Amino acid sequence: MDRAAVETRVFGVLRRVVIAVLVVVTLFPFLYMLLLSLRPIEEVLQNPGKLWVGPAEWTISTYREVLTPAGGGGQGFLRFLANSALVSIAATALTLLVSIPGAYAVSRLRFVGRRQVHFLFLSVYLFPSILLAIPLFVLFTRLGLRGSLAGLTIVYIAQTVPVSIYMLRNYLATIPVSLEEAAAVDGYSRLQTIRKVILPLAAPAVMANALYVFMIAWNEFLFALLFLVEDRNDWTVSLGLAQLSGGIEVSKTVLMAGSVVLTLPIVILFFAAERLLTEGLTAGADKG
Amino acid sequence: MVTTRPPAAVSPAEDKPKGRRPLTRRQQENRAGLIYLSPTLIVVLVVVVLPILWTVMLAFQRIRLINLRRAGFFGEYTLANLELVLTSPGFWSSLWTTLAYTIGSTFFSILFGLIAALALRGRFRGRTMVRASVLLPYVAPVVAVTFVWEIMLSPQFGIANNWGTRFLGWDRPIAFLSQREYEVSLFGWQFDVPLALLTVIAFEAWRYFPFAFLFLLARLQAVPHDLEEAALVDGAAPTQIFRHILLPQLGPVIALLTVLRFIMTFNKFDDVYLLTGGGAGTEVVSVRVYQFLTARFDIGAASAQALVLAAGLVVLLVVYLKFMAPRVEGEEEN
Repeated sequence: MDRAAVETRVFGVLRRVVIAVLVVVTLFPFLYMLLLSLRPIEEVLQNPGKLWVGPAEWTISTYREVLTPAGGGGQGFLRFLANSALVSIAATALTLLVSIPGAYAVSRLRFVGRRQVHFLFLSVYLFPSILLAIPLFVLFTRLGLRGSLAGLTIVYIAQTVPVSIYMLRNYLATIPVSLEEAAAVDGYSRLQTIRKVILPLAAPAVMANALYVFMIAWNEFLFALLFLVEDRNDWTVSLGLAQLSGGIEVSKTVLMAGSVVLTLPIVILFFAAERLLTEGLTAGADKG
Repeated sequence: MVTTRPPAAVSPAEDKPKGRRPLTRRQQENRAGLIYLSPTLIVVLVVVVLPILWTVMLAFQRIRLINLRRAGFFGEYTLANLELVLTSPGFWSSLWTTLAYTIGSTFFSILFGLIAALALRGRFRGRTMVRASVLLPYVAPVVAVTFVWEIMLSPQFGIANNWGTRFLGWDRPIAFLSQREYEVSLFGWQFDVPLALLTVIAFEAWRYFPFAFLFLLARLQAVPHDLEEAALVDGAAPTQIFRHILLPQLGPVIALLTVLRFIMTFNKFDDVYLLTGGGAGTEVVSVRVYQFLTARFDIGAASAQALVLAAGLVVLLVVYLKFMAPRVEGEEEN
């Protein structure tokens, strides 16, 4: 056999091994999280190495503890879920509202400073968010916005708008300009053109973008920690879970139940729209 | 009925050049562009650019949380914060830790991303599901995944240590996240490895290889098929195809990913903070900033520390762009 044949066979086998390893490595922690959250803590401490227990031994008491309101002796995650949903949905809607016209301007209109805009955007990512956290902490304290979900939403918009504009711009570049010219001939104003011609065509990119922003906002931890930690009523799920781990009397299985509650909405959303998201995120990257 | 208008009525603007002209198309476009972009500009200016400038000012003033109210633009400027930060114990070691953590995480996340992209390139049954599940570590919330890792690696009831002692013959459980040095003997050699730091790097590689995978896979799928087919007809081996056909195509994406991952990891806070709290030799600079801010309420020193971090990053990036990746800059132009 020559080299090509040997290698083809070797890599054929290797590929299957790699795929299997990848699936196990990426999925196992999530499976472990789920299984642990369903087991009674005493049983876990006795058999830490046991992965699978029959459904007969499963318990939902961990979830009950996590979701019951703080007044009822639970951890009040329902409230945190509502906070997270509120912040994430508001951040998503507002980011799109800001970034759609912005992306249109950057991709279609010639204006002073168009080429310099990228440097401004780069500054968002070049500087660590911990660096922004200090002045924002001071500023928001003064404005009375610290400790409010609105303040957090503003920060999330600023953090996601540049990537959002970048993603949308790449997609808008694929829409032929002649369509807009036709709309102009029909007497549409620029805003009407965006609303009635561009937006419907860019719907997949807008959806992917919305998902991306939602995920960033839902998963964010540092700013939530800095701004909201004082009042339990304002906590997001990420913050609530992190604070939960500091509690002494909270068992690890309850912690895992909290993790499942935090992860599940994102996973559901992700699997519902996986194709949309991957294509939207990398649009333009394949131009190389 | 055909009438010819008097010439004066055609364009009144030309008669009076000093008066207000209607905007030209170009001016209109300019104005629309600026108006459409202004909400973005305002948000980025207020929440990003101004805070950065303010940090620079705070870094040169002696400010603690208590006297924050008195802090203004014309406070007393001093180099005391920078001096405090640069000479404080652990500053240089935390800078090295940050660098090791960043380089290790960047390298392994891109390497694993590349392997995954090559393995999942061809068609097979269930590819969509496999591809989606590979992306899970990247989309899942940090807080949740760091907790699972913590529990998996726990010396008391973690499954890793339990299986390690049961099946792999470990003498005793290993405290992956809280042990600074771990003595390893390999072929008779004894040496220490920075265990907690390596664990954190492994976590980063696990969490971010999907990011590299996503971009590399998109690029791989855009490689023209006839190139590869021609090579196959000529009897090229898979490694040769990778080396001479795929790798040159992937080069620019890998360079871009290196820059992106480097920046993001260098500035990373949550992952290390949640996994180890910065203990056991994993104190990266951003965690230090947080500790200055929350434990000592020293805003001035925290700002100075954050500024040093940003300055370090800028220097590294300039060096990289200048000497290592001349092609990345061309990327931005498309």
